[in-house]
Amino acid sequence: MDNAITSTGMTTDPTLYPPYTPAVHEEHEHAVLPQHRHHFETEEQQREAGSFGMWLFLLTEIMFFGGMFFAYLLYRNWYYEAFVVASNQLSVPLGAVNTAILITSGFCMALGVWAAEVRQKGLLVVMLLLTTFFGFIFLGVKADEYHEKYEKHHIPGASFSTAMFVNPAAYGLKEDPLSPDMAQKTQIFFFLYFAMTGMHALHMIIGIGILAWLTLRAHRGDFTSGYVAPIENFGLYWHFVDIVWIFLFPLLYLINRHPLK
Amino acid sequence: MSTAIGNTIVSLPDQSTARLPKRNYINNEHGLLSWLLTGDHKRIAILYLISITFFFFIGGAFAGLIRLELLTPQPDLVSSDTYNKFFSMHGIIMIFLFLVPSVPATLGNFLIPIMLGAKDLAFPKINLLSWYLYVIGGLFTLTALVLGGVDTGWTFTTPLSTHYLNTHVITTAMGIFVAGFASIFTGLNFIVTIHRMRCPGMTWFRMPLFVWSHYAASLLMVLGTPVLAIALVLVALERTFGIGVFDPTKGGDPLLFQHLFWFYSHPAVYIMILPGMGVISEVISTFSRKRVFGYTAVAFSSVAIALFGFFVWEHHMFIMGVSNYSALVFSLLTMLVAVPSAIKIFNWAFTLQKGSITFETPMLYAFGFMGLFTIGGLTGVFLGSLGMDIHLTETYFIVAHFHFVMVGGMLMAFLAGIHFWWPKMTGRMYPESLSKLAAVTTFIGFNLTFMPQFILGYLGMPRRYHSYPPEFQVLNVLSTAGATVLGVGYMLPLLYLGWSLKYGAIAGNNPWQATGLEWQIQSPPLTENFVETPIMDHEAYDYEWLANKTKHEVTTVG
Amino acid sequence: MGLSPVLWEFLVKWLHNSALFPAEASGISPYVDALYVFLLLMTIVGTALVAVLLLVFSIRYRREKNPVATQIEGSTLLEATWTIIPLAIFLVTFVWGALLYFRIYNPPTNAMNIYVVGKQWMWKAEHPGGQHEINALHVPTGQPVQLTMISQDVFHSFSIPDFRIKREVIPGRYSTVWFEPTQVGTYHIFCTQYCGTQHSGMIGEVTVLTPEDYKKWLAQSNSGMSLAQNGERLFASMGCNSCHSGNAAARGPNLAGVYGSRLTLTDGSQVLVNDAYIRDAILNPSQHVTAGFAPIMPTYQGQISEDGLIDLVEYIKDMQSNYRIQQTLVTSESNQAAPTTPTQGTTEMVKP
Repeated sequence: MDNAITSTGMTTDPTLYPPYTPAVHEEHEHAVLPQHRHHFETEEQQREAGSFGMWLFLLTEIMFFGGMFFAYLLYRNWYYEAFVVASNQLSVPLGAVNTAILITSGFCMALGVWAAEVRQKGLLVVMLLLTTFFGFIFLGVKADEYHEKYEKHHIPGASFSTAMFVNPAAYGLKEDPLSPDMAQKTQIFFFLYFAMTGMHALHMIIGIGILAWLTLRAHRGDFTSGYVAPIENFGLYWHFVDIVWIFLFPLLYLINRHPLK
Repeated sequence: MSTAIGNTIVSLPDQSTARLPKRNYINNEHGLLSWLLTGDHKRIAILYLISITFFFFIGGAFAGLIRLELLTPQPDLVSSDTYNKFFSMHGIIMIFLFLVPSVPATLGNFLIPIMLGAKDLAFPKINLLSWYLYVIGGLFTLTALVLGGVDTGWTFTTPLSTHYLNTHVITTAMGIFVAGFASIFTGLNFIVTIHRMRCPGMTWFRMPLFVWSHYAASLLMVLGTPVLAIALVLVALERTFGIGVFDPTKGGDPLLFQHLFWFYSHPAVYIMILPGMGVISEVISTFSRKRVFGYTAVAFSSVAIALFGFFVWEHHMFIMGVSNYSALVFSLLTMLVAVPSAIKIFNWAFTLQKGSITFETPMLYAFGFMGLFTIGGLTGVFLGSLGMDIHLTETYFIVAHFHFVMVGGMLMAFLAGIHFWWPKMTGRMYPESLSKLAAVTTFIGFNLTFMPQFILGYLGMPRRYHSYPPEFQVLNVLSTAGATVLGVGYMLPLLYLGWSLKYGAIAGNNPWQATGLEWQIQSPPLTENFVETPIMDHEAYDYEWLANKTKHEVTTVG
Repeated sequence: MGLSPVLWEFLVKWLHNSALFPAEASGISPYVDALYVFLLLMTIVGTALVAVLLLVFSIRYRREKNPVATQIEGSTLLEATWTIIPLAIFLVTFVWGALLYFRIYNPPTNAMNIYVVGKQWMWKAEHPGGQHEINALHVPTGQPVQLTMISQDVFHSFSIPDFRIKREVIPGRYSTVWFEPTQVGTYHIFCTQYCGTQHSGMIGEVTVLTPEDYKKWLAQSNSGMSLAQNGERLFASMGCNSCHSGNAAARGPNLAGVYGSRLTLTDGSQVLVNDAYIRDAILNPSQHVTAGFAPIMPTYQGQISEDGLIDLVEYIKDMQSNYRIQQTLVTSESNQAAPTTPTQGTTEMVKP
């Protein structure tokens, strides 16, 4: 350190540049894994940074969905009757089944994280495949629900029809008829339904894409030699998507379906 | 070290023998691809710098066209539709493609890892992705521009933007949506880096204030931007399918859009100004050779601004028929958010006290910042005051106010920072006298442009007017004249900074004798920044430590 | 506000002649200007303080004079000073501004009402007597005027700088603003919220007349039908009278004297019947069903223009008895006797 050059002088060899402090710094001696990125001091640091970053990203996701939840609360408050009646058009059994499927999928994901931690490649791959499988089932059920809305003309836009709410008896419903102006407001409910569940489904589709890639890499054995961060972080993402649904299901399907008369 | 007491602290190496370091981040790899696929935060910063400069001059050209049209009261240069597109594109480009990424994505990207003693940001690939998202967002906006522009104003007010305009609203909204994610990823990267990547000994209260202010701004980016994203998604859906979520005839609430929009767009103001405040802290300290007065207060005031900044959005809606009580609450909170800014200004001013002050270009820009930001901040109090806001809002007063903060404040800070760290980024000095001329020109031009607009605003001239009553002409002509001067002031740095890349004097490691970690390494830095991980064993802005270190080095060599 | 009136007058005159200051043509203008002057002083003093600090320190502590800096950590006392003093000033501003806000937006009870409809890109003013104006507004001095405003399309904003008033004109809901003109003359009306292509063309002129001239103007511009009369026609032609006939057995509630009263709705809530309520009850009736009635009223969304709605609101506002409704019914069903129904409302009608 003592042959240091003054900061104002010039040198042609950058390696001569001392770190600014003469204190001796101990290099951490450890086996460097291929996944370890050069700019992290330790793997511990890399793992912590990764999961911290993921949590922050989820925070932005909460704000993203938050805007729609806010709109939902506002309009639910304004057009309560329309929201109640429109909510009755959603199928609770299908929603409940989907909730169960999604929780199962989340459970598989959690098992997958565990499998990666105990370095069981086969189990990890199976769990990721199961997670993907249940994800697809969820989307399938969702697509079926969307299709039903299409047939009933409940998709907001030009083809939207309020007939079912104005004249429920003609459709074999036991609801009280809504006045035409209130029935119009069911469109807002369905718009929010499609926007919120659609945005949720979009997150699942992106998640399934990432799952496919993770499965491939897991099959190569990337995550069963002590490097589990991608699996862990994806697990966080997947559980977040589950949790959004856990909020969507009661808000859209369950609350006050049949208010007391 | 220069021994004679001159009026400058600049100390450059002997130019006859000085060379740029053989190995540095610029010549580490060659070829365009090595830049486009880089993970190096410094290279990404340069990519960002080039792109935001490009958009700055496009946005600036629109500003010039606006001022040209307003030279006469009659609508004579362009049609009303075209004029509306001018100010819309000016606002959209300047805010989303210049101001939001300006300091954080360039200087912040370049310096935060170095200031923390890290080799890079936590997620280099996400950092690069952020730049690509920014470019894609920019391309969307340019596409909208080339296809015929957009005339919503940057505020996308519904139901105007959803049902009444026939221009490329969705393309532009997509552009902003994508560029928003660039901003989220930058903020996310900063927060994680600041939490997890500090070098040994770098405690929170040893971090430079530049890092503190970026931390506060990053919080706003991460929490605010997604709300803008969803608001724009809803606008696009409403426009495409006519669902009615913001359409009063279908039971929707147009004010809901205002709430969602301003929930981001007010904090966005702090996203824009906070990093600039960080620059000013560094510059003032360096050129007065003193630790920033009340470090803790300045650091916490950044965080306070970020926190309060989230709870004042409704002050954009005082005249829109919000409830009187909520107006009261938001007005009070607005008054509170002004206090941390006042604290900062006075702390900076008292940093000068008993200092040893020199007046290099960055310092001149910083002085300009302090004067203009004070005016900008205090005129903000006019608008936060409920009764006054009624008369002033939506007039040129508000235009002048936010230009004082954004241009007089942020752009001055940006230029201060660019000049200050230019030697570090490129290894070369810019021409000193020319740059001082540019700083003074900018200051004069700025005041001439925007001072008359305060008066225009109080007289009642509404913003976004293509033609105006003839009695406002004198002030408008003054403003346009000022804009011309201002334009020259902004062209100059582009020219001489470009020139300095090849012909500038070799800067050496620490031309300003500054204390930051970034000044203790070579300029331009190595790709990995430090040869060895540094250990921080002193406070930030410790000039005695620097003097000791320098003395030690001189004696060992001599 | 602490300034002496003479000095105040001088200041205003000087500033006015220098075209740095808009005319003070309404009752609240001096109050707004007082706050403005206070804030201007605050800005000037604040900026000067910062500038002086920078200047003095720059001269005293420049490198030539003070080659070695003295390190100072900070000073809690000083920092507390420049936290508390600005905070105090800002709080004064807050209170002052809030008081002013309520003064500007709370109309006095004797204000006369004029309706304003904003649409791309014009202002339409409708006086209760039926006088219509486009991009113009005639008002008398010395009389508080309340504007009840609504937009037919996008957000607009109604601004008269010389009166220091401005209010957003919003689609789908009434907003109000009031002023009391004090000086005869013509002043600008601006739309200050960006509203599309001809935004800068959405301007007009407010003409302030003496009360006598205003009466003359009203007489000249009379279209023959007041708003309430128009409303009455609309009421009959839309068939409103078949349900809202005022009969005890009618399917719709009695509307006579309903304006200004408190209604109980089917969901148990109590509402005050004002312009906004009446308008909303016509467009979204199912949300405003009076207790004891069935939700059978159809919506009139999209069937009546904002002008028509104003006419109806004005008619219902004026309706003291159901006599004329029954007259119209009588002409169609000639064999019915016209019973007199006592008015049910107890609230005093406020008429200019």
